[in-house]
Amino acid sequence: MIENLHVTIEDYFQKVEELKNDGYEMMVDLTAIDWFRKKDPRFEVVVNFLSVSKNKRISIKVKLNDDLRIPSITSLYPSANFYEREVFDMFGINFENHPDLTRILMPDDWVGYPLRKDYGTGRIPVQFKNAPKVD
Amino acid sequence: MEENNDTIKDIDLWATNSEEGGWNISSTDEGSQKMLEQEDEVTTKIQMGSEVIDDYFIEDDISDDERMILNMGPQHPSTHGVLRLQVELEGEVVRRVQPVIGYLHTGMEKTGEELNYFQGPTNTTRMDYLSPFFNELVFSLATEKLLGIEVPDRASTIRILMTELNRISSHLVALATGGMDIGALSMMIFGFRERELILDFFEKTTGLRMNHNFIRPGGVAADLPDNWQKDIEEILKVIPKKLKDYDEMLLDNPIWQGRLKNVGILTTEECFAYGITGPSLRASGYAWDLRKMQPYSGIDKYEFDIPVFEEGDVFARWRIKVLEIFESLKIVEQAMGNMPKGPYKIQDKKITPPPRKRLDESMEALIHHFKIYTEGFKVPEGEVYTTVESPRGELGCFIVSDGSSKPYRMHVRGPSFCNLQALPVVMSDSPIADAVAAIASLDPVLGDVDR
Repeated sequence: MIENLHVTIEDYFQKVEELKNDGYEMMVDLTAIDWFRKKDPRFEVVVNFLSVSKNKRISIKVKLNDDLRIPSITSLYPSANFYEREVFDMFGINFENHPDLTRILMPDDWVGYPLRKDYGTGRIPVQFKNAPKVD
Repeated sequence: MEENNDTIKDIDLWATNSEEGGWNISSTDEGSQKMLEQEDEVTTKIQMGSEVIDDYFIEDDISDDERMILNMGPQHPSTHGVLRLQVELEGEVVRRVQPVIGYLHTGMEKTGEELNYFQGPTNTTRMDYLSPFFNELVFSLATEKLLGIEVPDRASTIRILMTELNRISSHLVALATGGMDIGALSMMIFGFRERELILDFFEKTTGLRMNHNFIRPGGVAADLPDNWQKDIEEILKVIPKKLKDYDEMLLDNPIWQGRLKNVGILTTEECFAYGITGPSLRASGYAWDLRKMQPYSGIDKYEFDIPVFEEGDVFARWRIKVLEIFESLKIVEQAMGNMPKGPYKIQDKKITPPPRKRLDESMEALIHHFKIYTEGFKVPEGEVYTTVESPRGELGCFIVSDGSSKPYRMHVRGPSFCNLQALPVVMSDSPIADAVAAIASLDPVLGDVDR
């Protein structure tokens, strides 16, 4: 039911503009996937659009280059604002021309991008060596 | 008779003719009646509260000295959790707003990649803690879509029954906290009191009042308890009666109307631009409900209406929640009447664990049980985005599977996260007193915002 569309990073902004003129009123979701050591290029941005007048959904997938830059679509869809900040926060992807590209969920001075696959989950290793003995 | 009256007049019981204070002893009823006749219709309506005019005018020429930046939250009861707002005030007028979120961020999307599909609902149910069933449902639907399975009829009907009850309990909290923010404290007590009735049923069915982990991939965790119809009948009987009480208290209340009408207006275009869905979009005049447009779990078989309002103000957003409770009650009643018999989970032993009793008799059941509880089940490769209509709007779940038993990437599109972006639009250029009403009407749940 959801139409999938793969576009290159050069056509991305233009394609989104076309969709907006085509009657896709809402951008409902924007997220990224980290294909660490699985695929090349590593990062992929997925944007979901919804047309309430036509009752249709479309999903756009963009593969990023190594510089991790992608044009921001905030000027077309203001709802992309928080989502792009979240993806920047979690994956370190830079959205060009975003009005306020800062961390949104993590603290401002946080180092690292938590949803990347090479970022550990922060488990504390359990040492059984010095555990008290049970008689 | 006349004589009698005269004698009374002579005595002058009411001291109307006395020089001191005669006017305040005599009844004023007659006078106010006369005043009502003299006033024109519009003035009377305004005085009685049935018509509200926005009489707050913002002065443009305030010097910069009066600008100040104020922090609301994160620890503030009317911000519904740990929402922090940086508000730029000019006198009493809000000029700019910057929501600051992340105080409840616990990395649930990262945790979701560590848990297998069988454990997944335990994680997602904690996101939007006021509507946990919807979070479980959307995760389960996404997993089932990847697996390519259909759950039995009874499982779908139980899912609809539980989610619609959950919608009622979630809306009741929204009404309660919304009332509290504006100062109708009895509304808060009432809302939480009626919600208790539904939570009791949840506890009886799932074992928990919140964070149920009841809807799981392949069906539901357990069958409905004995005599569940009696509990539902009680809910169906009590809730409409109580809702009428709320209406009696608030609907024609001049203070309530004055605080809510023409406050925090969102137009349909603004809703589209900011991706606002759910009751807020419907209160802005667009009939969009995923239950009708993109139905899930067979909800298209039920008869119900979608209330729509044109005004787009806080009052419309409050009213639509009340009316939606009535519609949800209709669905609950139909689900109760047409509850099919049969299994409550899919009979594929690779996906749902066998009943506990079978473990003592069957070796295979023991193996399946062991497999599911240690490794989980494998899900074919693919990407899927499913949506349900949660009490706050479109709740989506995006899962990328790499063929293992854990999601490669699990992302939840929370409606509160998106709706919160509209706060600057709703709040700016309005008095600070209306800001609290506007936050309450958008009904953000911070667990869903921060995840």
